[in-house]
Amino acid sequence: MASNGICDRVAIVGMGCTPFGEHWDKGADDLLIDACNDAFSSAQIDKDQIDAFWLGTIGSGISGITLSEPLKLKNKPVTRLENMCATGSESMRNAAYAVASGAYDLVMATGVEKLKDSGYSGLVGSAPVGDGTESSMTAPATFSLLAPAYAKKYGVEEAQLKDVLSRIAWKNHVNGARNPKAQFRKEVPIEKIKNSPRVAGMFGIFDCSGVSDGSAAAILCRAEDAHKYTDKPIFIKALAFTSGDAEGYYSQDYDYTTFTEVVQSSQEAYKQAGITNPREEVSMAEVHDCFTATELVLMEDMGFSPRGTAWKDALDGRFDGDGPQPVNPDGGLKSFGHPIGASGLRMMYEMWLQLRGEAGERQIKDPKIGLTHNLGGAPGRCVSFVSLVGV
Amino acid sequence: MSGIARYGTYLPYYRLQRTAIGAGKGERAVASYDEDSTSMAVEAGREALAGANQIDTLIFTTLSPAYAEKLNAATVGSALDLSGSLRSIELGASSRMGLSALLLGADIAASGDQVLVCAADVSVGAPGGSRETTGGDGAAAFVRGSDDDAIAKLVGRASATAELLDTYRVPSDRFPKQWEERFGADIMAPVIQDVATRALKAAGTEPTELKAVILDGANPRALAGLPRALGLKPEQLADNLAADVGRIGTAHAGLLLARALDTASAGDRILVVSAADGCDAAIFEVTSRIAEGRPARSVDHWRGSKSNELPYNTYLKWRGVLPFEPPRRPDPDRPGAPPSHRHLRWKMGFVGSRCNACGAVHLPPQRTCVACGAVDELKDEPMSSVDCKVATFTLDHLAYSLQPPVVAAVIDFDGGGRCPCELTDVDPADVEIGLELEMSFRNLFTVQGVHNYFWKARPRR
Repeated sequence: MASNGICDRVAIVGMGCTPFGEHWDKGADDLLIDACNDAFSSAQIDKDQIDAFWLGTIGSGISGITLSEPLKLKNKPVTRLENMCATGSESMRNAAYAVASGAYDLVMATGVEKLKDSGYSGLVGSAPVGDGTESSMTAPATFSLLAPAYAKKYGVEEAQLKDVLSRIAWKNHVNGARNPKAQFRKEVPIEKIKNSPRVAGMFGIFDCSGVSDGSAAAILCRAEDAHKYTDKPIFIKALAFTSGDAEGYYSQDYDYTTFTEVVQSSQEAYKQAGITNPREEVSMAEVHDCFTATELVLMEDMGFSPRGTAWKDALDGRFDGDGPQPVNPDGGLKSFGHPIGASGLRMMYEMWLQLRGEAGERQIKDPKIGLTHNLGGAPGRCVSFVSLVGV
Repeated sequence: MSGIARYGTYLPYYRLQRTAIGAGKGERAVASYDEDSTSMAVEAGREALAGANQIDTLIFTTLSPAYAEKLNAATVGSALDLSGSLRSIELGASSRMGLSALLLGADIAASGDQVLVCAADVSVGAPGGSRETTGGDGAAAFVRGSDDDAIAKLVGRASATAELLDTYRVPSDRFPKQWEERFGADIMAPVIQDVATRALKAAGTEPTELKAVILDGANPRALAGLPRALGLKPEQLADNLAADVGRIGTAHAGLLLARALDTASAGDRILVVSAADGCDAAIFEVTSRIAEGRPARSVDHWRGSKSNELPYNTYLKWRGVLPFEPPRRPDPDRPGAPPSHRHLRWKMGFVGSRCNACGAVHLPPQRTCVACGAVDELKDEPMSSVDCKVATFTLDHLAYSLQPPVVAAVIDFDGGGRCPCELTDVDPADVEIGLELEMSFRNLFTVQGVHNYFWKARPRR
């Protein structure tokens, strides 16, 4: 048994999320205040009722004081953590275990990222002092390695694969256009996506997620307390996390058509929740579509499509907002945007809205089980988080 | 006595056509943006050593040192994975030091040392000037050892030193200056004739017996009268490669000597004259072992392995002459001295590790085997000479580079091992999965006065 799971033992009873985008007028502190106040209102509680806080951010502040100072939290424990692009999910996972253990009764998971102050294109990270031999590949470059490998392995013409990738971006823009909090709220013609300026490999600008500022927060308690705070709580069915050993970086066996960490973490989550056929049993998913090819490969790694067939499912509209298994109904990283520390909680925010029937014009009919998937790193060397939630 | 046991050369991949500068015919060799005198000395040294690294003394000479203070020879030695008990000497300040270093190497080898002599230069001149047009970039290296191993024996030599203003540069100046050429020529010509004559006398050789004569100098006019003075025939004079390489500072005399050795036969006698701030002359006699000491790649092989479509403005950007718009990305981080030191054999020598228990190769070296989990059972595994190929690749238009897009690849090594790696000396359009590669020592970037040396892969040349 790799983990025991906490199926149906923890509930989410309040959530908040800022619009994602270029918030030239707001700092990380403002975004955290906005997301947290939103969450406090939704659970109809005061901040003093929360026993402990978690804050996920990769680079917008260090220590718990990044949260406790702007919110003026009095004598509360705040854990600041980071796990690459899966940081927001990691914040929630640790908060969930804290209430499940009984150490606290009511906790809050927050995440924030303020990316647009750097003045640079793309993501900018700061690494520890190194020996200068680390690969200089940017994030789009590392993920772009998936596309030609996938095309070669499954005999898909590269032009056809480009159509598939463009359709994934198109679908996520269609969804984002129906989301008032998304960074990009316009549908984009597929030809414009296909012909956007190249960033890396087969990826054009429209194959990449939005670089944005934003924050999201969730309030959690044990399941038996959930109805004290809301009539419509949602319940955690599974939480799984895998930190890879980077074998793909060293071994010639790795072929760049899969994330072994995602396979492991999704299987672990399905086991915790008793899911045996994810293609049929998972109603909807928010997955880590940092780049279009990532979403394609994830569909197979998580068992939504048999190996070598996700490209057909994507073209057939299986994962469209009105398809049989909607993926990234809120627009995903692609058009909701990707403020790193907030993204995992933003995914859960969509589950919160959908499972409560509050998703407006993008509401999915009668969803039962939702999945969030959050990834950090690069093909061959990554961390992967998978959760399942339901009512 | 001592002789040349092996040799190797290196010419960079790029050529700048002189028509691109508006300066006549032909082309010159150009170091890529990620090369400098140190990295090219390493390339020539690898050719000369051909895997052997039992060297006692390393002499490195350049007019274009990568560091003005900090021993560049130490970098060359570590990239060649030479032993820590290495003696090292670095010379510069005059293009004549290339041949001087070769003669110094002979003196040291006479005491029993194996000596590696490397000369390399990046010749940069003021835009529009003759150094820019006639200079070239590249390197030459020689292993000096006992007479028994010699492919060429030193049979005569002579030297002279002259104090005069001919070619000069103060450290704070970017480009060298030259006094009126005719002045240097008039003063130097008799010095050169005297030195050449003394060398011939020391070797007991008549000028007519010479198979090849290599005339190299900072002031070409000073050498112009020597063939007539010695009664040489035109066919005895070695091509100075002005047409398609250019004069490579301290490495040039060695490069031309190497080219003569590429085609020499046992018994041939070769006169090498190098003139700048005086003159050195040496006469080598080729032995019957000549075929054994030749490198895998001849000078003419390097001359033919090239791309000559480099735009002039790109050349000026590479040499730091022309300012340009930087990418909208942060500068790369300066490598730290302690981690660089901890990982010295990896960073400089491209030495990975192989698991004793299961044989898996790790790049960079690891303490825990990723395949079998064995801990501290891994041994150093030199990888710089192992052939490799593209497993997968991408063109990174976002990454920082002086030549975007960065061609980023995952490369697999024959016999195991994989690492992500930048490709260099490559046309992005030519990259495909399976492309055969070889490793090359490069300066990835320079930040805050620190050169970040490491290895890239290039298509096999």
